[in-house]
Formats: sequence, C-alpha cells, structure tokens
Amino acid sequence: MSEPMSEPMSEPHAVEPGSMTSPGRLVATLGGLGAFAGLLIVLAFGATQPAIRAHRAAVLAEAITEVLGEPERYDTLYVAGGSLVTTPPPGVPLEDAETVFLGYRDGAPVGFAIRAAKAGFQDTISLIFGYDPATSRLLGMKVLESKETPGLGDKIYKDMRFVGGFRDVEVPLLGVKAGGEKGLPGEIVMITGATISSRTIIKAINTELERLRPVLSTYKQESKP
Amino acid sequence: MKTTTPTADLTRGIWRENPVLVQLLALCPTLAVTNSVANSLAMGLATSFVLLGSSVLVSTVRKLVPTEVRISTYILIIATFVTVADMVLQATVPNIHKELGAFVALIVVNCLILARQEAFAAKQPVGRATLDAIGYSIGFTIALVIMGTVRELLGNGTLLGWSVFGPSYEPWVIMILPPGGFLTLGLLLVFLGWIKERGAQSVTDDVAVAVREAA
Repeated sequence: MSEPMSEPMSEPHAVEPGSMTSPGRLVATLGGLGAFAGLLIVLAFGATQPAIRAHRAAVLAEAITEVLGEPERYDTLYVAGGSLVTTPPPGVPLEDAETVFLGYRDGAPVGFAIRAAKAGFQDTISLIFGYDPATSRLLGMKVLESKETPGLGDKIYKDMRFVGGFRDVEVPLLGVKAGGEKGLPGEIVMITGATISSRTIIKAINTELERLRPVLSTYKQESKP
Repeated sequence: MKTTTPTADLTRGIWRENPVLVQLLALCPTLAVTNSVANSLAMGLATSFVLLGSSVLVSTVRKLVPTEVRISTYILIIATFVTVADMVLQATVPNIHKELGAFVALIVVNCLILARQEAFAAKQPVGRATLDAIGYSIGFTIALVIMGTVRELLGNGTLLGWSVFGPSYEPWVIMILPPGGFLTLGLLLVFLGWIKERGAQSVTDDVAVAVREAA
C-alpha cells in the first residue's frame, strides 16, 4: 500500500520574480474559459430541459393524486387578481402562472393541492400539500425537490412517520420536538437531527396557506350555486 | 519512478494507484452513495464523465493557462462538467438523480478530480491525460460498484433490485445505513491488504529459494 506514486500529487508552481503574467492575460484566460463553460452549460440545458420538464410534470401529477388521496380527477386553477380562475391569466407565460389544483371525488371537490417552496438547510425545499378548506385540515404532503443533507435532512421525505404526520391534521401547523407533544391541534413531530428541514416544511405550508386562504375561500363561495 | 507507457497510464488508476482502495481519495461519495449498485454505478459514471472531460480540457489548454489562475481554471472547468452531468442525470435517470441528491453537485469538490488535474493533466499531452482519466475512472467506478454490490446484497438481499436470497432472507439493514459504508470499506481494505501481503510473501519466498539454490 506504500508504493511510491508514479506522479507526485503536487509540484511547485513557483512564479519567477519579474515574470508575472499581465492582468489582462489573467482576465482573458478566465473570461475565455468562462464563456466556453457558459456555452457548454447552455447547450446541455437546451438538450436536457424537455426531458426534465416532462418528468417534473409526471411527478407533479403523481404528487397531486397522492396528496389529495386519489381523487377521480383534478382541475388546474390559476391564481390571478386575488381569485381563482380556470383560464391562464392573460399576459403571463403559462410556466410562470401560479397554479393550484382542485381534486374531485364522486363529483364533489375534495380539496386543493398547493405547491410551496422555502429555503431549507442546504437549498430550497419544494413541496406540495393537500388542503381541504371545508374542514381546515391537511390531506397530505409530499416533497417534490430537496437537496437536504443525506442521512439527516433527507428524512423529510424518507421518514414515513414524519410524512404521515401531515395527513388529516388541522392547520396552522405547529412543529414540536420528539417527546414534546402536548396533544395540541396541528402538532407535527419534527425529525431529530433535521430540525431546520422539518421546520422549513411546516413554515412553508403555514405561510402559503395564510397567503392563499382568502383566495381559496373566494373560489369556494363562487362555486356555490 | 516515472512511468511513461500508454498501458501504464491506463492501468495505474485501476489497481496500483486506485483512488479509493489505495489512495483513499473521494471517500465522501464512496461511503455515502454506495448503498445500492445502481447508485454506485451512476455516481461512478458521472464522476468518470467529469474526470475525463476535465482532464481533456485542462490538458488541451495547459499551455494557455497562467500559473496564477490555474486552480480557478480547474475549478471552473470541473464545475462546468459537473453541471452538465447533473442535467444529463436528471433528464435520463431522474429517480437515481434524486437518490444521489446533493452528491452529484459535490463532485465539484471531489479531491480525486482536482488532484488528477494538478498532478497529471496540467503537465501532460491530451493523449496521456485521457488514458490516465480513463484508468482512474475505471478504478473509481469498480471500487464503488464493489461497495454497492456488497452493501445492497447484504443490506437489502437484492442485486440491481432483483431478489437474490429470496423472501426468507432477513436483510442486514445496517449495511445500507452509513455505518455499513465504513464497515464495508474497512473489510475491503483488510482483504486487499491481505492479498497484497500474500503476494509479497510469495515473492520473498521465491527469492529465498533462488538464493539458497545459488549458494
């Protein structure tokens, strides 16, 4: 195991006195390589985006079905001007339009699937949750994208006890540490070792519901005969 | 000792200087993502792509890059290939990409890749840098797949998702958890050390016999 390496791991790159490279050349080198790197990334982006978008759409459809408890169908509704409409708001690109999804079972609405995102421990955590405005309860939660620490933060979608805690629970949610449950409504037991990630999910849902609740209730009223 | 033959460039990283099993480099992905063969293979191939692309490019521009900005340049090049690998994995194997999580982006700081740029690609022509990168890539991927095979087999009773030991097998869950990574790597290193020692002992015995016969 102690054989000599055929190449040294590092050799001195000494700069001889008086042989300093001009700043212009340094900038040109980094700028040129930066431009090449940018070109390569843009080409890869263009080539891979259609497949990535198609996969995301499939994952979203599956997640909507999951957090709404297997509805028969769901409609896409657009948030525009403080209310929900069935057609995309004019002048807004379709991918930029804010959407929620209303699920139906036996012809009756079962609840809304709402996307939320918030900065977690490593990166932004993006999730979707089901909400029934009639009972003010959550129907379920699923993490769509997360880069939280493997083995710790990733338990927000791997720990089924934590994920299951978002099913049939009253809102607003209240994060409690394991063993600190008081039996209050809306309690979610956070993951030990992943408190920031757990709290991010709870905050993301509470914030999004606080913002959207008036809009959701408006739609409910409008939809009544 | 400088080795210059193309075969030596290609094979050096596979066995004699295997980045994981001999140099103990890149242990972060080695321990973290080898809980299944598929994850190990995907990480091995992604790292290989980045290592190969970076080595070729660094070797190509080696005479144009001033010494003062060489490390910045390597990082820029490596990060570019990592971004491309990240997008390709996300587009082609989205489930494995999700499993690998942050570790794909962390290839940027994989010391194996930066070390090969600094120690080899920046000083050698493209051909040699390519062979070196291929050899190291094979060595790294083999090490990861061995780890993944042992851990998935014992920790899940499956190989590439296919059941091997049948439904009656009680999986050793610890093997797919972080301690299983340390355990597997440790045992693997002990095993390889034993093989090497046996080889050395056999050579010593042969020399002793030759010396006795000559006497």
